[in-house]
Amino acid sequence: MISITVQHDNFDSGAEADRLSALGGGAISSFVGQVRGDGNLYALELEHYPAMTEKALRKIAMKALDQWALYGITIIHRVGRLRVGEQIVLVCTCSDHRQAAIEACSYIMDQLKTIAPFWKKEILCDGSENWVEERQSDLDAAKSWDD
Amino acid sequence: MANQLSIVYFSWVRERIGRDQDTINCPENAETIGQLLDYLKTKDTVYQDLFADLKKLRFALDQDFVGLEAPLGSAKELAIFPPVTGG
Repeated sequence: MISITVQHDNFDSGAEADRLSALGGGAISSFVGQVRGDGNLYALELEHYPAMTEKALRKIAMKALDQWALYGITIIHRVGRLRVGEQIVLVCTCSDHRQAAIEACSYIMDQLKTIAPFWKKEILCDGSENWVEERQSDLDAAKSWDD
Repeated sequence: MANQLSIVYFSWVRERIGRDQDTINCPENAETIGQLLDYLKTKDTVYQDLFADLKKLRFALDQDFVGLEAPLGSAKELAIFPPVTGG
């Protein structure tokens, strides 16, 4: 079962993991990404392409289901203005085995960062703004799963 | 009749153009995305500046990533945006 949500509101990662674990298996892996307090960052403004986002995330989740034996996948991504320390993204996977759950979770995050249509703008403490640029390390991480 | 195409913009592409969407009539001789961009450049200087460095841009046709050589076909929506930075 694949559950994909894009929302402004915060999420409860524990409740999401519980919901997913009810599907079966005994191995739950989850990743939560937060707004990192780098230097003088005040907040992030997250924008997305609503018509494409779910399609892109579902494609990633389907590929994960093809590669690992999973009972379910939950992806939640927030949009809007998020302050330092706030949660941005949750990926949670559920399987019979630890390795499958962890690898699938990692795969989904790596793909999400390079093909899901979200964009981050940094709002700095002095009020200036700056669109975040893609990082080569993210591209390399996503590509490493092709090998 | 010429094919109508919505063009949607995101992130700094939207800010640079100053609007989030356009609707255009595709010219008959624009068969690929690259050819459509060449056409748009003749229409507005904002496109000339924007398309000067295509390495900084990504394209999606009807919500799927495509390259410049992709045929427009009967697509309804072209999205132009910078590389994604979610997660």
